[in-house]
Amino acid sequence: MSDKDSSSQAPTKEWPLWEVFVRARNGLSHKHAGSVHAADARMALEAARDTYTRRMEGVSIWVVPSSAITASDPGEASALFEPAADKVYRHPTFYTVPEGVKNL
Amino acid sequence: MANLFDHAIRLGDDALILGQRLSEWCGHAPMLEVDLALANIALDLIGQATLFLKLAGDEEGKGRDADALAFRRDVLDFRNCLLVEQPNGDFAQTVARQFLFSNWQELLMMEIAQAPSPALSAIAAKAVKEVAYHARYASEWVVRLGDGSEESRRRMIAGLDWMWRFVDELFDPVDGAPALRTEWDARIAGTLRAASLDLPKARRGVMGGRAGHHSEHLGHLLCEMQFLQRAYPGASW
Repeated sequence: MSDKDSSSQAPTKEWPLWEVFVRARNGLSHKHAGSVHAADARMALEAARDTYTRRMEGVSIWVVPSSAITASDPGEASALFEPAADKVYRHPTFYTVPEGVKNL
Repeated sequence: MANLFDHAIRLGDDALILGQRLSEWCGHAPMLEVDLALANIALDLIGQATLFLKLAGDEEGKGRDADALAFRRDVLDFRNCLLVEQPNGDFAQTVARQFLFSNWQELLMMEIAQAPSPALSAIAAKAVKEVAYHARYASEWVVRLGDGSEESRRRMIAGLDWMWRFVDELFDPVDGAPALRTEWDARIAGTLRAASLDLPKARRGVMGGRAGHHSEHLGHLLCEMQFLQRAYPGASW
């Protein structure tokens, strides 16, 4: 997948990039917090801990090599996402919500 | 066993001086992530120093608070071990110092957390979690550098060689610390094995920090750290 130019320059000066996901509280899902550079997974976890949880933001961290993420192509955004725009019936907005109901 | 004031001063000075040393990396570390990690460790240590020095000041009862003890005390009155005042050198030398110190400090804090003095043990119990992370962080870097490239290995060996002569002082009986030596040796040997590094050659230990006989490095460090409070006593903002 990577182009030949970059793979032939070994070893690279830059450490690989890792995406960081932080769970703020038990019961919540991990949310993308940012990214860090690190040479290996443990270093990435520690860098993530020092960078993104130093103000009590989290109880759990995931790190994923950025190269492992496949992203949608912005050029295809109209084909992927715009068809949903006029399908209002997919939003459950036709229900009346009784007063005083929380967490909906 | 030393009295509470002496004990708290020693623990506080160790943390303060190493915290100040590490903060010299701020903005200069090899990577942004490492910069943050070192600054975090420095802040943990300065936090511990604040608590230990406040305790020492209260115990002394002459109205000196943590700031007075940190910023308006002369070099001969500092009681930190010589290891923590050693210069940062390159990153490997800094890692070597942290590796040797944090592994010792973690064992010491675990012991003090169980000690009869409630004031000391409360601070130690809080510190032990922070220090466990410092020890882990530094130990992993020892493995990474020692078992890394030829250059990183050479630098790691040089860093450990530089710091090694200051190890014996850590186990000075005055702290009640000699009992920690066996466990510390085992930890250090285990990590060095994982890093495929040999134990540095035994050298005659340099002592004196606990009696105020410091290397020339500490004076320079204090010059910088104390400048503001010396020039503008009591300044705050």
